[in-house]
Amino acid sequence: MMDKPVLVIGGGVAGIQAALDLADRGLNVHLVEKSPSIGGVMAQLDKTFPTMDCSICILAPKMIECSRHPNITIHTLSQVKEVTGRQGDFDVKVLKEPRYVDESRCTGCGLCSEKCPTRVSDGWQKGLTERKAIYVMFPQAVPLVAKIDSEHCLYFQKGVCQVCSRVCPAGAIDYTQQPEEISLNVSSIIVATGIQELDPSYIGEYGYGRFKDVVTSLEFERLVCASGPTGGHLDRPSDGRHADRIAFVQCVGSRSHKNGYPYCSSVCCMYATKEAVLIKEHDPGSEVTIFYMDLKVYGQGFQQFVDRAKLHWGVEYVRGRPGEIRRNPITGDLVVWYEDTITGDVYEKTVDLVVLCTTLIARPENKELADVLGLKLDEWGFFKSRDPVRGHIETDVPGVFVCGCCHGPRDIPESVAEASAGAAYAAEVSRRCTP
Amino acid sequence: MTEEIRIGVFVCHCGVNIGGYVDVPSVVEYAERLPDVAYAEPNLYTCSSDGLQKIQEAIEKHGLNRVVVASCTPRTHEPLFQSACEEAGLNRYLFEMANIRDQCSWVHMREPEKATQKAKDLVRMAVAKARLLVPEEEPEIDVLPKGLVIGGGVSGLTAALSLMDQGFKVHLVEREGRLGGTLLKLDKLFPSNVKASEVIDPLVERVEESNDVTVHLDSKVSDVKGFIGNFDVVVDTPGGPEKLNVGTIIVATGAGYLSPEGLYGYGRVEGVVTQLELEQTFKEVGGLEGVETLVMIQCVGSRNEERAYCSRVCCTEAMKNAIRLLEKDPRRDVYILYRDLQTYGIEFSAMEFDAKKRGARLVMYDKDRPPEVTGEEKGPLVRVYSPLLDEELTIEADMVVLAAPIVPNVDNEALSRHLKVPLNSDGFFMEAHVKLRPVDFATDGVYVCGTAHSPKEVGESVYQAKAAASRAGIPMARGSLKAAAITSVVDEDRCCGCGTCIEMCPYNAITKNERGLAQVEPAVCKGCGVCGASCPEGAITMRHFTDEQLEAQGLAAIGEA
Repeated sequence: MMDKPVLVIGGGVAGIQAALDLADRGLNVHLVEKSPSIGGVMAQLDKTFPTMDCSICILAPKMIECSRHPNITIHTLSQVKEVTGRQGDFDVKVLKEPRYVDESRCTGCGLCSEKCPTRVSDGWQKGLTERKAIYVMFPQAVPLVAKIDSEHCLYFQKGVCQVCSRVCPAGAIDYTQQPEEISLNVSSIIVATGIQELDPSYIGEYGYGRFKDVVTSLEFERLVCASGPTGGHLDRPSDGRHADRIAFVQCVGSRSHKNGYPYCSSVCCMYATKEAVLIKEHDPGSEVTIFYMDLKVYGQGFQQFVDRAKLHWGVEYVRGRPGEIRRNPITGDLVVWYEDTITGDVYEKTVDLVVLCTTLIARPENKELADVLGLKLDEWGFFKSRDPVRGHIETDVPGVFVCGCCHGPRDIPESVAEASAGAAYAAEVSRRCTP
Repeated sequence: MTEEIRIGVFVCHCGVNIGGYVDVPSVVEYAERLPDVAYAEPNLYTCSSDGLQKIQEAIEKHGLNRVVVASCTPRTHEPLFQSACEEAGLNRYLFEMANIRDQCSWVHMREPEKATQKAKDLVRMAVAKARLLVPEEEPEIDVLPKGLVIGGGVSGLTAALSLMDQGFKVHLVEREGRLGGTLLKLDKLFPSNVKASEVIDPLVERVEESNDVTVHLDSKVSDVKGFIGNFDVVVDTPGGPEKLNVGTIIVATGAGYLSPEGLYGYGRVEGVVTQLELEQTFKEVGGLEGVETLVMIQCVGSRNEERAYCSRVCCTEAMKNAIRLLEKDPRRDVYILYRDLQTYGIEFSAMEFDAKKRGARLVMYDKDRPPEVTGEEKGPLVRVYSPLLDEELTIEADMVVLAAPIVPNVDNEALSRHLKVPLNSDGFFMEAHVKLRPVDFATDGVYVCGTAHSPKEVGESVYQAKAAASRAGIPMARGSLKAAAITSVVDEDRCCGCGTCIEMCPYNAITKNERGLAQVEPAVCKGCGVCGASCPEGAITMRHFTDEQLEAQGLAAIGEA
């Protein structure tokens, strides 16, 4: 008898790795992704340390491998709505939102986006630029297929336009598409729905939302990326002037019982160091300061990377949490007020750009998915493992596994290793449950 | 029969990565005029599904029999383009790549004109080689459904059991006379405070009861030959050398702890112990009697010039033991002297707060002004300068506990030589790719997990072991795989049998045949080319990198296309 397929929920690097491990060993996989493309947060990052590999460049081959793998079926714009049964025999209902573009016909040529008259804030670029109401999520999207954003499309809102349908050379536009329900029967389920960054607007003293030149780290990743809104030039969002004095603030919303989340987000010290090095690589004359509480250098090669940032690149590390960020109304510069906890003195530092390294928080959709799967969430909304020592990847529901950031912040190699571990568990279930 | 050569050239913009600096249309135009080029086109992203489809369409439409992609690096993208060619009916070795991004547009961003000229040169070189490409076959090799796990600690046991549960037979080799590894020495494990014995004992029991796992105690791997699917391993056992034949190998040999002789009075001052020794005391007698004031010192002999890396687990270990001591007797004074707290993530952060809430006193110290420990009559005396308070604290302690670093095993080096896998500069085993292949080695069929790779806590070692078992299980579940076609070929008429290549080969892929001439085992050969370069007779050439092809490429570089 043919082995039953495995369901992987979430198409970021963890979900992709789990799907590939299982498919490579000969099991069929359904990879369910909520957004129009797989790739997840890693696809939005510029470079990855310590090799400074371009993030999408090392991820894209894996994304495409998924799409070309005979054992993997990708369901984009899809969410798991119902799960019944048990390990070895889960019945799953997946709801696929309409794309209004026929995936089998669209070639991703981009003509429709070019002609579409409606401009919308581009969420994938963290709102730093605009896209059209019909769009391909990003150039390396998988599948490379356009999607109509019906909330902004003139045809859906006002019944006019339809220019995309007239210009599409493939005849792929289909305004009549309806939500579709897909039924699957799978032996096990791997949850890999990832994480998101905190919106730091509520931390009034840092001015995010009031000052355009105060950005989050994920926004910074887009700003510094060659495929980002500025083509990789580090320009101040407020006036487009080149930013060469940059401050990073660590633990924004994190490690605080009063004003946010008590936990450490695990990855910020190192990505801030990487981002600082990126700035220096682009412009060695830049002044880069990282304000931190404890420098988390607990991984392989981390301390060496920080040493290099300090000694070779001249990145300045200051131990202290800034109290306030103000804007000089005349120059438009930002002024960071901080106490250096080593010297005990209060200083101010004038910069062009402030990057807030905000808490990584659980996705709010976890709640609904946890209900559907019968899983528990921790008090911060992350999926709960069966046991942090013995069953890190397992959950209280046999046959349902968690990997990557959906059960807490972690870095890429940890997510990838956990994904392979999830695949091992799923392969074991498959063997146990196949007569 | 000579077939007409028809080359297609695809030049990638890579968004602005290439297109922003190199004049892609002019490179395409240039390529069109090169000899034997039948077709050329630009792509926004050649690696996108759309770009790959265009390659396939062009192969059919223009009757292409060689494909050149000028884009990024073959390291990440060559397999993708090769597969696209293969799907369109072209042998994957009729593909050649020109790296006009990493080696051109990225390094010449400020000189767009020269970058464009260099891109043309690189394309011309790739075309010159492509004209001489020939199809190559990848031999199929069988994979034995049997794994070898080296190391019988929590990682090795977990990996062995997972392979067993996936349906494979396993050999488990353990250096000591007993399974269990480091966990045998620990009392309780963070963050859940589960007894180490409750974690390790069930694993040991399952392995010992299993008919599918063969355990070799007091044993060491002394020789490894062969390749993925078919390794011949010699294990030195108490009963003499034993030969094993396995398909894959998982390295789970763990790590050790540094004995911090001479640091902070260790070995000299009464009452100075390591966290591991404190743990052993807990395990043996259940608690600490008569210790009112206890000082833990973090980063002992690590994060310094001699040993740069952080041992990852010590801060949380300190929190765990501080909580335990204060739980038992809240009136105790427990100090933790630290540099940067490494209590990452949700659960370890929570332990940090718990320890603080229970009254643990955290004192940050500066690397350049570390604490001092002296032996006094009443016990160890600790002096530490706190930059936060700008004063020196003097603590009369009953006990000082040092966070000694996790260090690589001394036998890593020998094992790395047997397996032909690398160690990093710290002496731990080094994975194939730090981000995307965390448990693979660059050598196919060999995997790594647990603290053999780098310091990590037990939960992390367990899931890494599972990950290694998944990776090792893939080729074994398939039963066969395709070996690389890029291997060396010996011209027996020219080989003089001197054996230089055998000495030089880093993979032990070459042996002497019955006539005393060099013979290459294609499944072992990685195509590195060392033998070809060192052969005094010029008798060795590489498939897909023949002298003729490289000469043509080189001549094209200096304009003699």
